Amino acid sequence: MTTKTERKLTTQKAIAEGVALEMRSDDSVFVMGEDVGTYGGIFGATEGLLDEFGEKRVIDTPISETGFIGAAVGAAINGMRPIVELMFVDFFGVCMDQIYNNMAKIHYFSGGNVKVPVVLTTAVGGGYGDAGQHSQTLWGTFAHMPGMKVVVPSNPYDAKGLMIAAIREDNPVVYMFHKGVLGLGWMTPNPRATGEVPEEPYEVPIGKANVVREGTDLTIATIGLSVHKALDAAEQLEEKGISAEVLDLRSLVPLDREGIVASVEKTHRLMVVDEDYHSFGMSGEVITTAIEGAFDYLDAPPVRVTTPDIPIPYSRPLEEWALPSIERIVKASSNLLVAG
Amino acid sequence: MDIPREHLVDMYQTMVKIRRFEERIREIYFADKLPAFDIAAGLIPGEMHLAAGQEPVAVGMSPHLKEGDAITATHRPHHVAIAQGIDLKRMAAEIFGRDTGLGHGKGGHMHLFSVEPNFGCSGIIGEGIPVAVGAAMAFRHHGSDNVALSFFGEGAANQGSFHESLNLAALWNLPVVFVCEDNAYAISVPKTASTAIADNSDRAAAYGIPGVLVGNNDPVAVYEVMGEAIARARRGEGPSLVEIKTDRLWGHFEGDADAYRSDEFKTEMLERDPMVGYAKRLSDEGILNESDIAAIQQAMYDEVEEAIQYAQDSPYPEPESALDHVFAERTVTL
Repeated sequence: MTTKTERKLTTQKAIAEGVALEMRSDDSVFVMGEDVGTYGGIFGATEGLLDEFGEKRVIDTPISETGFIGAAVGAAINGMRPIVELMFVDFFGVCMDQIYNNMAKIHYFSGGNVKVPVVLTTAVGGGYGDAGQHSQTLWGTFAHMPGMKVVVPSNPYDAKGLMIAAIREDNPVVYMFHKGVLGLGWMTPNPRATGEVPEEPYEVPIGKANVVREGTDLTIATIGLSVHKALDAAEQLEEKGISAEVLDLRSLVPLDREGIVASVEKTHRLMVVDEDYHSFGMSGEVITTAIEGAFDYLDAPPVRVTTPDIPIPYSRPLEEWALPSIERIVKASSNLLVAG
Repeated sequence: MDIPREHLVDMYQTMVKIRRFEERIREIYFADKLPAFDIAAGLIPGEMHLAAGQEPVAVGMSPHLKEGDAITATHRPHHVAIAQGIDLKRMAAEIFGRDTGLGHGKGGHMHLFSVEPNFGCSGIIGEGIPVAVGAAMAFRHHGSDNVALSFFGEGAANQGSFHESLNLAALWNLPVVFVCEDNAYAISVPKTASTAIADNSDRAAAYGIPGVLVGNNDPVAVYEVMGEAIARARRGEGPSLVEIKTDRLWGHFEGDADAYRSDEFKTEMLERDPMVGYAKRLSDEGILNESDIAAIQQAMYDEVEEAIQYAQDSPYPEPESALDHVFAERTVTL
């Protein structure tokens, strides 16, 4: 039960508030990672926590991801609920063994006897010239490997509710926040990065997609910052007389397959917008879901607007060309409507 | 150090249990894989890393443990698990891939997990070391005096996880005992070809913590050193690194031709088998006589046989139960 509120927060403050609420009510919740304390997280996801909870529960770590993510696993097995931050998802290469071979598999290996309630927070996404080792999304990579839930909030309300749900989960959750939706003063201003957030604790269920804009002519299924781009594109499409439904998937694991199918049954056309790499990822999975579940409803082959299979390039025209854009979404939508 | 007789006897008893268990697993493992070795065949498929010879490393710590202490071990985990008091039947059943196993057949011999005793292991070199650091964080948070022990081989001491974990544990003064089981070979590569210094215990200096070397495979020496390291951690005085020179009597895995170790090395190693040496010592010191030893052996043989029988008599899991336990609730479907 949540009450209406006029209070607005940025996504980044909403995340920090979700963490703070759970830390107040559950002594086993703690935070660790690089620069999560004094700095408040490079992306502000732990802002204010050190002041309130002190350094025993908000722990700045050395640059030692294998060590401290492995430690989070050990703490979780032993009754804690760690929130551990991998500063940029791109850094996964130095610690993926702990994440995938350990955190994600122990519950399975133990036949369900050992719970590993870790929340691994990490910043994802590009569009601001940070080049190929600080701009990836990689949610498809994480979602491909069993044993981790993967959530990607696109707005402040979901960010807080998904964080609280993630902390209360008995499973490992990879919580990916897109830098472009956080409302940081040093990122390109994004009006959708600020929104109404109830002050009390609430959960947004993990595994439920959200229809963020109703439409009848096509479904744009997407996640993260691309939700914002899809909404902007939908406004332009409306002027052309095209009614686009925008489906914010919100999590990749579990994927709300029923939600995808239901939307496609309604609109008969599907586009996937995915900032992750084109091949072997989210876009292919969502399209397959639609084909398996709603083949007879499709009036045209599904299309996708993605990042091509290249490292994210640095130079502005290269990066702008490579990442999904409003223009590409509008153009692909028009083509999709013409086809069939 | 004045060691209680019961500890000396318990250590022997556990050594016998470990050795017997490893011998029986070895027999069963090979029974249906020969003459042409087929790793996938038989009652126990897959790789099998047995710890015959490394018993002292494990039994020396067990009298110092208390309920709730956490252990992370390696791909060669049986001796440590048994010394901590793991349910032998359920461990055997897991190795046999049965539904009654610790993980309902999902983990196998390299992935044994138990809540009580608090045990876990891993098939990846060095993976369990930071997990022990995290367990120690949890103990401190809960105000308990439990300690976490991490076992790993000398090969793992060149992994980043080893150094990261020692740094974290030292930085945060956590109750961890890092135990390096130095059996001199990382599969085929001798320590002299992999490690820039002779003794990993010296590496403790880099993190400002005690580093202690047990230079032989003597359970009593291990008992003494581990006693101090564990007590120190329990008192809140921080982590230690213990390195124990031990012997892997058999190959890296069963089926390993073990051609990389010289005949001379292997002969000397077998001559210093700790089972023989420790039994003789207990006998010489009048702690156990011949009939005591025979009785212990019979009791341990029986216990191991009972566990093996339990495993063999247990049903396999239903194939579709492979979908269970990915998450705490079943969400995976075909």
